[in-house]
Amino acid sequence: MTRWYGNVVAVNDITMSIGAGVTGLLGPNGAGKSTVLHLIAGFLAPSRGELTVAGERSWRNPDLFRKVGLVPERDSVYSFLTGAEFVAATAKLHKLARPQAAAARAIALVELTEAQDRRISTYSKGMRQRIKVAAALVHDPEVILLDEPFNGMDPRQRLHMMDLLHDQGAQGRVILLSSHVLEEVERLSGTIQVIVGGRLAASGDFRAIRRLMTSRPHVFLVRSSDDRRLGAALIGSPAVSGVELTPRGLQVRAADYGTFTRQIASLTRNVGIRLREVLPADESLESVFAYLLAS
Amino acid sequence: MPGLVNGVILRLTFRATMGRRRALLFALPAIILIAVAAVLTATAKSGSWQAEFLGDFGFSVVLPLTSLIIGTSVLGAEIDDGSIVHLLATPVPRAQVVLSKFAVAAALTIAFGAVPEYLAAAIAKGPASGLAVGLLAGALVASVIYNAVFVMLSVLTTRAIAVGLLYLVVWEGLLANLVPGVGLLSVSQYSLSVANSIAHYPALHAHLTLGTAAVLAVIVTAAALAIGTRRLSRFSITGDA
Repeated sequence: MTRWYGNVVAVNDITMSIGAGVTGLLGPNGAGKSTVLHLIAGFLAPSRGELTVAGERSWRNPDLFRKVGLVPERDSVYSFLTGAEFVAATAKLHKLARPQAAAARAIALVELTEAQDRRISTYSKGMRQRIKVAAALVHDPEVILLDEPFNGMDPRQRLHMMDLLHDQGAQGRVILLSSHVLEEVERLSGTIQVIVGGRLAASGDFRAIRRLMTSRPHVFLVRSSDDRRLGAALIGSPAVSGVELTPRGLQVRAADYGTFTRQIASLTRNVGIRLREVLPADESLESVFAYLLAS
Repeated sequence: MPGLVNGVILRLTFRATMGRRRALLFALPAIILIAVAAVLTATAKSGSWQAEFLGDFGFSVVLPLTSLIIGTSVLGAEIDDGSIVHLLATPVPRAQVVLSKFAVAAALTIAFGAVPEYLAAAIAKGPASGLAVGLLAGALVASVIYNAVFVMLSVLTTRAIAVGLLYLVVWEGLLANLVPGVGLLSVSQYSLSVANSIAHYPALHAHLTLGTAAVLAVIVTAAALAIGTRRLSRFSITGDA
């Protein structure tokens, strides 16, 4: 599927097939994760390509929501309603036979039973996330889509939500959740789809992704009393795969992170140069993702 | 079983619309209308100011503005803040969403716009007078059509209030008096026509025949609701990727 807005291609020719269990959609902000989720949910039409959910097209097919639950990223819910009223109303809109019972069950799953008779306007952000999840689960859907579900949750709430999603996945549901934090996703997902700049950068089990990420060469920015001589000295070490003189300092590509960090101090001292600063130059998530994309 | 409206949405919309502080705004034009009518009745000398004032101010200002505030908020507010997704992520037919919200908007506009119009006319000329009954009929029609149009606008654009105001001020306010054909597409003309067919006051400035007005009114209402429904069924969430 491909989706563009005017001149900007938000999602570019992504093909993926998602099955039962938990799949994580990982990528930096602006990568296209929400776009993918909204395409799947039927809240965006693909500009090109096609998409089916449980065998049916999702665009302009509201009946599909009997099998699909969506937890949107935006915080807004009907805040004048109590948690119980909101989930019960959703249950009634799904035409469930026993909406109150279904709502109570869903609220218990997200552990909000004590707070269910308070207005949502009094809820913390984590509680609002959880009530949205309850509303998305109330009709027992086969497919659950969650857009940044852990936003605003404290560690305990996050752990509990992960357990919940893991159980739902183990029951055979298809769960797709998006995040820009690898740690959130890796503990939970069997498969991870990495999206960068609208493209599918990597796809696989989280251990493979992590290995890819840690095997990339590390780049450091070093400032010293004599960068040029230091560069010449460093390139002699097998732990270093490249040096470059830049206005900001000496950029060093380390093939072996461990050995380089152990040796840098002594290497520098041995040639009589004073080391001022050693900074990792590409620890940002974006550069990690970009590396995955390039490989 | 497919119905026209959905009880859950009716209740949710009513609570949401009345719960906002905006609800106080609804009452404002009505209060002004009744207050001025009362004052003028007590102080004015000659007889035809009622039709002019209630027709012009009531039908050109109070009713349209009340409809605009209510009609753009029943659906527009939820589209703006994104909470509409919770409604749309269910199998509810989009037509039911639009029609239910439209029904609430029309009912509230009748309560806050049409009834005060009738009360003002009743103060001025008596509760059973042709003017009062005619204006009530016209106001009911106006409440229905305006809200269909404004609910449609709120699905089509995020600037529904601005577009609605432009329509009221430029189209209905300015052009309708200058360019003859414009009246064919003017909600206030449809409703004034209905009012005048009962009240018979030239000062109401009704230019269309009742037949024309009635047909056009039905077409415009149906078209607006159909367009709104069609657009809502293609509702897209753009934004953060």
